Amino acid sequence: MALTEKDAQYVAELAHLELSGEELKKFLPQLDSILEYVQKLNELDTTQVDPMAQVTYPAAENPSLRADRTKKTFEQDEALANAPEKGAGSFKVPRVIERE
Amino acid sequence: MDLTSLTIDQIRDHLASRKATAVDVLEAHQERIRQRDKEVRAYLALCPERALAQARKVDRQVAAGEPLGPLAGVPMAVKDVILTRGIRTTCASRILENYLAPYDATAVERLEAAGAVIVGKTNCDEFAMGSSTENSGFFTTHNPVDLTRVPGGSSGGSAAAVAANLAAASLGSDTGGSIRQPAALCGIVGMMGTYGRVSRFGLVAFASSLDHIGPFGRSVRDVALVLETIAGRDPKDSTSAAVPVEGYQDALRRNARGVRVGVPTEYFKGLNPEIGDNLQKGIDLLAKEGCAVVPISLPHTDYAIACYYIICTAEASSNLARYDGVRYGFRSSEYADLRDMYQKTRDRGFGPEVKRRILLGTYVLSSGYYDAYYLKAQRVRTLIARDFVEAFDDVDVIVTPTSPIPAFKLGERVDDPLQMYLADIYTVTASLAGIPGISVPCGKTKGEPRLPVGMQIFAKHFDEARLLQVAHAFEKAGGFEIA
Repeated sequence: MALTEKDAQYVAELAHLELSGEELKKFLPQLDSILEYVQKLNELDTTQVDPMAQVTYPAAENPSLRADRTKKTFEQDEALANAPEKGAGSFKVPRVIERE
Repeated sequence: MDLTSLTIDQIRDHLASRKATAVDVLEAHQERIRQRDKEVRAYLALCPERALAQARKVDRQVAAGEPLGPLAGVPMAVKDVILTRGIRTTCASRILENYLAPYDATAVERLEAAGAVIVGKTNCDEFAMGSSTENSGFFTTHNPVDLTRVPGGSSGGSAAAVAANLAAASLGSDTGGSIRQPAALCGIVGMMGTYGRVSRFGLVAFASSLDHIGPFGRSVRDVALVLETIAGRDPKDSTSAAVPVEGYQDALRRNARGVRVGVPTEYFKGLNPEIGDNLQKGIDLLAKEGCAVVPISLPHTDYAIACYYIICTAEASSNLARYDGVRYGFRSSEYADLRDMYQKTRDRGFGPEVKRRILLGTYVLSSGYYDAYYLKAQRVRTLIARDFVEAFDDVDVIVTPTSPIPAFKLGERVDDPLQMYLADIYTVTASLAGIPGISVPCGKTKGEPRLPVGMQIFAKHFDEARLLQVAHAFEKAGGFEIA
């Protein structure tokens, strides 16, 4: 097994996932077999191949640019409507900065 | 005439000739949903008020003698990863269980502007991650052809709804086959346009370089009508293409004579004979219709699954970082501090397949592994896309099986994610290359129960018209009922 429990815990932390011991036990061999399977890409020599960073079909003109004008989108209450906790026109989160 | 089995054109004719109102058509579908959806379970939620208001609007247009939209009065289902204003959009995930979208997806806006009546939101694999709809955070959808089997996925609810006449057409999303595969397993038509053909604005992001919105229907013509309505440049999606949308009506009038059909050997090697026999008959039928059948090679096909599952999980891990319990969605009620809140929220809100993919994606992007996995996959993606570009020098379309297996039993494959991934082999290639693909019915398997088989057709970038031409000619020649 190439993927260790420590690796999986580390990745879970990066991804802000809290994994129970049971989940970890289930996922570890599954992730390991998938990672082992994808090794097959190494059969291909890709030193002369550029990565495909752009899927969009090349169009005559770049369609992704638009005029930089402000426009109205959501009212504050609409933007906050789905917030799990809110107050004073803001999203509420647990304390981030401790006071000395 | 049963109003739930009509084609889009027939619905328009019924309205125009006053044989039925849009409200009649809607109510017939709602009644069928009441009876049949108890066992199929295609819908996560219905939106009767919005549907009735829209049907009445269409009926007023009829009464006033106003011109009707191309989808006037057509009851449609929308996959629950596509935003509908004021109606819950959950992505079949607990983490969005109570999410009320503040706006409509562009595709939904365009459907309603064309007169379509949105009936409800359909079940799918959580965040569109899966191939059987068994990864839904809520319940499993059953294949209307055989209720003990999966409808495919991830757009299983949208496919099942159309197959069971619980909607005349529907929208799904396709990242690695999530429209084409359930269309095949349910015995209907499902299509993914070229990447950028349909605006993704309002489609909840899974893997942004691979995601598409596309239609399901019971005929090629219905699918063409829906695609034509939703396609085209949208300033709200910077990747939507400025390439003009052809009307597909001309393409549907043409036969398939002289079209060069490529058959890639890699897609037929070791293919399950149950599927292979039907495909061969389908290809023979196209030859009989005057197509030139040409054997071709797409040499990097065997690397597509590995490439796809690195890229899609990498993109997913980044896209799903937004579910943090702050701006919308579920937040865990117990936590020690901010970090703990994120972790508990995501641990309790996401199901196992979503977590697996986030973990994989985070791993392949993490320091020390990025070059070996993600960058490598991006390079292989170039090779896979190049295979298609070269093949299309010699042929107009490419014909393949859609899925290596027919609809399988519920629960049969849930414990082995890699096996589930490997079954996406014939669909992920077009997703990686960004070309359009359609799945059409190609007869049924011989054993009992007889299960639908799908034939897939690919075309060049933005050559949807050619794709629809061949698919329609195949349908007219009796290809759907072959064997």
